[in-house]
Amino acid sequence: MRNIPTNHRRKIMDYTILAKGIALAGCAIGAGCALIAGIGPGIGEGNAVAKALEAIGRQPECKGDVTSTMLLGCAIAETTGIYGFVTGLLLIFVAPGMFMGYLG
Amino acid sequence: MEFDISGARIFFRIPTGLPILGDILITETLVISWIVMAIITGLCIFLTRDLKVEKISKRQALAEMMVDAATNLVRNNTGGTQFDKLIPFVSALFATSIVSNLISLIGLRSPTADLSTEAAWAVVVFIMITSEKIKAGGILGYMKGFTEPIAVMTPFNILSELATPVSMACRHFGNILSGVVINGLIYAALAVASSALLGLIPGAVGDFLSHIPILSVGLPAITSVYFDWFSGCMQAFIFTMLTIMYIANAANG
Repeated sequence: MRNIPTNHRRKIMDYTILAKGIALAGCAIGAGCALIAGIGPGIGEGNAVAKALEAIGRQPECKGDVTSTMLLGCAIAETTGIYGFVTGLLLIFVAPGMFMGYLG
Repeated sequence: MEFDISGARIFFRIPTGLPILGDILITETLVISWIVMAIITGLCIFLTRDLKVEKISKRQALAEMMVDAATNLVRNNTGGTQFDKLIPFVSALFATSIVSNLISLIGLRSPTADLSTEAAWAVVVFIMITSEKIKAGGILGYMKGFTEPIAVMTPFNILSELATPVSMACRHFGNILSGVVINGLIYAALAVASSALLGLIPGAVGDFLSHIPILSVGLPAITSVYFDWFSGCMQAFIFTMLTIMYIANAANG
């Protein structure tokens, strides 16, 4: 039978620093992923502007109407991009303080 | 760089014993909303003094132009005059939104940079939409409307119904908050840049001058043309337009 030494004690690790590190890393990675949502409005609004330019090319006298309708449509299509942006902002500026509060 | 993105400051807290609602907070949002209300009320009183039928003054012409614009906006978007009861509500919403967004040009923090403001407007609009739907089809028709086209779609229909006020509020809030944050970041970055640049001047002059953010003059004005003027006016207009269209849609079944 093997002799197990009696002076082996299990080390007690303090996981708080590790937990804080993981929480902050999660916030940073999440903020980066949140801003991938910026692709959508870019492509969609580019399409909208292309169609508007075609319309102006076909009928130059309705430029004012087409331009204001296009801007209105672009502002509505911007919505999901803004969702991602606000989520990223919250993760960078507000979430670390909150998580540090929970973890002490 | 010192940059503070915490929300509106709380000036005063009146403790009440209510369990869910909590204390009454007198925040920056509330105080500046009072200022906005005072500005709009003062403007209305100023524009409607000494009204005449003939030989009207320029002030009265301006007031009539604004009322005409509001009336035409509602009538052109709903086709007809059956929604004339919406015109005062829509103009009040638009005026509050625009003045709240543009008050950040004076240096105060817009009350619309706080989600509570937009959430309140969105809840009111949601109640109006639901009541129009119930008036058009009855309560049973309203409930049955969720099961169209197939009964399996009911959770999706409920979700898209709830998404309407949430998306209206978050769209407006997100645009205005992003303007506030980006303006703050630009000011802070220019202050750091100017203090580094002016700190290169040797001696006490450099020390004193490096505290004055000289580079902060000019560039924020250009970005503020987009973030404050264009974005503020556009978001107010979109909120108003969506309100009119949703209510007109709801009443027409």
